[in-house]
Amino acid sequence: MASKIIDARGLSCPEPVILTKQALDVYSGPVEVLVDSCTARENVHRFASSRGFKVEIIEEGETTRLAVSK
Amino acid sequence: MQWSIVVAGTLVGLLAVVLVKFGNPANMGVCVACFVRDITGALGLHRAETVQYLRPEIPGFILGSFAIAAMGKEFRPRGGSSPLVRFVLGFFVMIGALVFLGCPLRAILRLANGDLNALLGLVGFTTGIVTGIQFIRNGYSLGRSYRLPMANGLVMPLLAVGLIALAAAKPAFAFFSQKGPGSLHAPLLLSLAAGLVIGAVLQRTRLCTAGGIRDALLLKDFHLLWGLAAIFMAGTAANLIFGGTYKLAFAGQPVAHTDGLWNFLGMMLAGWGSVLLGGCPLRQTILAGEGDADAAVTLLGLVAGAAFAHNFGLAASPAGVPLAGKVAVIAGMAVVAAIGGLAVLSVKNTLLPAGGIGVGQ
Repeated sequence: MASKIIDARGLSCPEPVILTKQALDVYSGPVEVLVDSCTARENVHRFASSRGFKVEIIEEGETTRLAVSK
Repeated sequence: MQWSIVVAGTLVGLLAVVLVKFGNPANMGVCVACFVRDITGALGLHRAETVQYLRPEIPGFILGSFAIAAMGKEFRPRGGSSPLVRFVLGFFVMIGALVFLGCPLRAILRLANGDLNALLGLVGFTTGIVTGIQFIRNGYSLGRSYRLPMANGLVMPLLAVGLIALAAAKPAFAFFSQKGPGSLHAPLLLSLAAGLVIGAVLQRTRLCTAGGIRDALLLKDFHLLWGLAAIFMAGTAANLIFGGTYKLAFAGQPVAHTDGLWNFLGMMLAGWGSVLLGGCPLRQTILAGEGDADAAVTLLGLVAGAAFAHNFGLAASPAGVPLAGKVAVIAGMAVVAAIGGLAVLSVKNTLLPAGGIGVGQ
C-alpha cells in the first residue's frame, strides 16, 4: 500500500519519482509529494504532468510540496 | 522535449571537440574518469607517468556548478545518505571506467568520432543500468540526505580553487606527464573556461548519462536522453566538420583497446554503480559543486579507484585489459550486487523504509 503523502525529501534520483509513481498507481490522486531539491521537484512535476495530472507547487521554506491531482 | 537539454548536450559535444582541437587527448575532450585519474596522478596518488596532469576541467565543473547554484539559490549543503557506501560505489565505477578507458560521457564522445569499441561500452553501460533498475524497482535506497552545516558544501569548491591554483603554479611536488595522454592538454584558461561553462549548464539542466538511459527505460521519460543524443550528434558533426580525425572502425582508435567483452563488462559495472548512486560521474561532480557532500564523497571514491587502478595494474591500456583489471571488475560486480541486495533487503525488512514514509505500511 502506498501513502497519499510521500516524503521524498533527501532521497536520490529516481526515488522521488518512483515513490510518486507507486502512489499514483494505487490512488488516482490527490497525492502530496514532499521534496527538498530542485531536481526532484522538476522530475516529479515532469512525471506527473506527463501522466496527465495537475501539479500545484507550494514552497514551504526548504521543503517543496507538490499537490498532484487529476 | 525541452530545448534546454538539447542545447546543453550540443554545447558539451561541441566543446569536447574544441578542447581536443586545442590539445586535449584524442576523443577525450571531456572525460570525468580520465581527468579525475590524471588529477589523482598529478597529486602523486598514483605514479603512472603517462596519466598525470591537473586537469582544470574538473574543478571547472565544480565551480561552474557552485556559482550558478549559488546564484539560483540552489546551493544547499547536504549529505548523510550512506556516504561510505557511496565511496565504495564510486571506487568501483572508476575501476569499470578505467577498464573500458573512459566514463560514459567519453564513451559517447568516442562513438561520435567513429570508435566502434565505444558501442560495446555503451551497450554494457545500458546493461548495467538495466541491472541497477531491478534493484530500484524492488525498493533500493541509500537513505535520506539531510541539511548539513555550510562547511560541508564549501569543501569541494575550495578544493577546486586549490587544484586550479596548483595547475597554474605547477609546483615541484606535483606530477606532470612528459609523454602519453597526460602530456596532451588544451591551454589552462581554455580548459578552465570550458569546464566552468559546462558545469554551469549541466547544473541548470541536470544532464546525466546514467539518468538519461535510466529514465527512458524505467519511466518512459526521454527528457535527459535527448541531451545525450545531442552530445552524440553535435560531437559527430563537429568531428566531421573540423575535428579531422574521424575514423569509423574498431582497430587503431586513440586511447582505446579492442577487447569487446571487457569494454562491455567494464562499462556494465560503471552503469550499474552509477544507477545505485543516482547519477553518473559527471552528475556527481555537478552535485558536489552544489553542496552535495555525498556526491563529494563519491568523487573521493573515484579518486581512490583511480589510485588503486594504476598502483595495482588494474587499468586497461591500448594494449588491452590486464588480468588484475578483469578480476577487479568481477569483484566490483559482486560488491555492487551485495550493496544493492542489502539495501533492498533492509527496505523490505522495515515497516518504515528509507524510501519514504508511508510506503509499505
